[in-house]
Amino acid sequence: MSLSQPITKNASLRTRPWMATVLIVVGIFAILFGLGSSIITGVANISFATVWNSIFHYDSSNEHHVIIQTLRMPRALAGALVGAAFAVAGAIMQGVTKNPIADTGLMGINAGAGFVLVLVFAFAPGLPFESIILYSFIGAGLGVGLVYGLAYFSKNGLTPLRLALAGAVVSSILSGISQAISLLFQINYDLAFWSAGGISTAEWFQVSVMMPWIVGGIVVAMILSRSITILSLGEEIAAGLGQKTRLVKGVAAVVVMVLAGASVSTVGGVGFVGLVVPHIVRFLVGVDYRWIIPCSAVMGGVLVVFADIGAKMIAMPYETPLGAIIAVIGVPFFLYLARKERREW
Amino acid sequence: MDIDLFSQKRKSRSVRLILLFAVLLLVGFVLSLNTGPYSIGPFEVLQTLLGEGSKKQSLVLFELRLPRMVIAVMIGAGLAVSGAILQGISRNGLSDPGILGISSGAGLAVLLFVSLYPATNMAPPFLMPFLALIGATATAAIIYMLAYKKGHGISPARLLLTGIAVGAGLSAISIILTLQLNPRNLEFVVTWQMGSLWGSNWKFVLALMPWMVILLPYVYRKANVLNLLSMNEQIAASLGVSLQRERLALLAGAVGLAASSVATGGGIGFIGLLGPHIARRLVGPQHQYMLPITALVGSLLVLTGDTIGRSIMPATEVPAGIVISLIGGPYFLYLLIRTKG
Repeated sequence: MSLSQPITKNASLRTRPWMATVLIVVGIFAILFGLGSSIITGVANISFATVWNSIFHYDSSNEHHVIIQTLRMPRALAGALVGAAFAVAGAIMQGVTKNPIADTGLMGINAGAGFVLVLVFAFAPGLPFESIILYSFIGAGLGVGLVYGLAYFSKNGLTPLRLALAGAVVSSILSGISQAISLLFQINYDLAFWSAGGISTAEWFQVSVMMPWIVGGIVVAMILSRSITILSLGEEIAAGLGQKTRLVKGVAAVVVMVLAGASVSTVGGVGFVGLVVPHIVRFLVGVDYRWIIPCSAVMGGVLVVFADIGAKMIAMPYETPLGAIIAVIGVPFFLYLARKERREW
Repeated sequence: MDIDLFSQKRKSRSVRLILLFAVLLLVGFVLSLNTGPYSIGPFEVLQTLLGEGSKKQSLVLFELRLPRMVIAVMIGAGLAVSGAILQGISRNGLSDPGILGISSGAGLAVLLFVSLYPATNMAPPFLMPFLALIGATATAAIIYMLAYKKGHGISPARLLLTGIAVGAGLSAISIILTLQLNPRNLEFVVTWQMGSLWGSNWKFVLALMPWMVILLPYVYRKANVLNLLSMNEQIAASLGVSLQRERLALLAGAVGLAASSVATGGGIGFIGLLGPHIARRLVGPQHQYMLPITALVGSLLVLTGDTIGRSIMPATEVPAGIVISLIGGPYFLYLLIRTKG
């Protein structure tokens, strides 16, 4: 945008709260519908009535009730949570770094978490999930630290292109080492499944450990959202308005780390949710992160829940990797962003 | 006169450097021959090469180490020169067959073959480079088309971003394929992806040799064109270079070199980035001088990476690609933050 134009005339800077409200309401209904559909789809054919009964008149001798309660419900819920977390993490990164192609997968954060998880599987197998998730945070923090450390030490900041390259290279180094370790410790199948991404193995227990972290992360993101909007206008402007930009950036980095780490520990290497969702949301609701963040959370949940239904159905009875399904949407979207004319690239 | 003197100086400096690197490569070669689980001293190596060694010594040297090292030297040169071409024609110092996704395209074709014919643990040596070439050419064509914009041509930045995006798509496909492999093939594919110089016997040397023997001199003959292309489109066009044709021919050369190297060596990254950069630092941007040094540096890097990988852990080999990415990755990141966008 050129500075000579009055800001209010620029359509892309308008906020559309009514649109955001519609998006959230429709999104919540879509998630509920998705959760229901996800629970009734699968190899065992289960009717909606059985689902209803399994919730309100649970019968542990009924095989279908057991499947619903122990496999399908946690899986569907995990999908919604992970999708929300990835999308919010992506939205925060795009806002704070003013980088339109920020995403936890593209920026090497997923690879960082994966690297530490491989270390855990190799050297401390059998660790409980409560601890694994903490290691996953450390790994995600490693990725965040590496990429943004590079941006910090570069001469005049990294352009989006250079950040993308840095993310790609950090990912390739970390996943190379992960592969070497996995070969050495004979866990290459686990790593292959991890990289493919999927929530078919999610259990209640995992959901219960992951949920507080993700909900907490999104709440903090909501509290930060006003500051992120200001920061997204530019660091000088934010500082001029009296914002403690370092504090905001620091807290934002921690939130990204927790959201990405928690999701990756459950779902594996799924990328592009954090790229696609915030862009579409921003296009619809405008540039105010007080609306972008909640809308991204809802739409991210919708995306992953439905993608996971796809993962179950495409090659039934086999699982299709969730990461690949989302890449089918994500890669063309990335290409579209790359084609858009941007002078600063 | 001054300019003549300057170019004279540069030439003699380049010749000296070429000789220096050739000697270094030779030393590296001998050292690498000594290294491995069964150690053979330099003197014994010489004896064995002259046909005076024991049976075991000559078996290890001639059948195991020598072909592997010849391959390391060839793919090092191939990848480095491929990177130099890509950097020249895209006028971007960050281009590299790995980063642009060309290597993953080559890899995917090989992976596709392994998963379609699971009984064969590996494709026949002579077929591999061709399979890889198909994959790499298709990928290069897709990236080129997607990055091309009518009226704007190809901007270096868009080319790189498109490469990253296509690379991400290819890796999603390759993950689906790897999940369906049986354990033996999975191990082969994973080791291959890490750049293990797995195809290390004379058959592979023979399969790779023609590619290098034809393509490297061809590219060298085009050094002048590369000089022009890497300067500025307008200048090059005004000097009578038929831009589009020369660029495509050189791109084909780069793809051929990268594909054949990847087919034999596996996913070794960063050589196409490191080789040209080091060479340019030493002798400047003139491709006549820079290309030979690029090739030698690339060979030296892969040979050293492989030697280190074979010697850090005695029980298991660390693939050369991992060793190189541990050196090359940080160097790339350093370049990213030190050079101007």
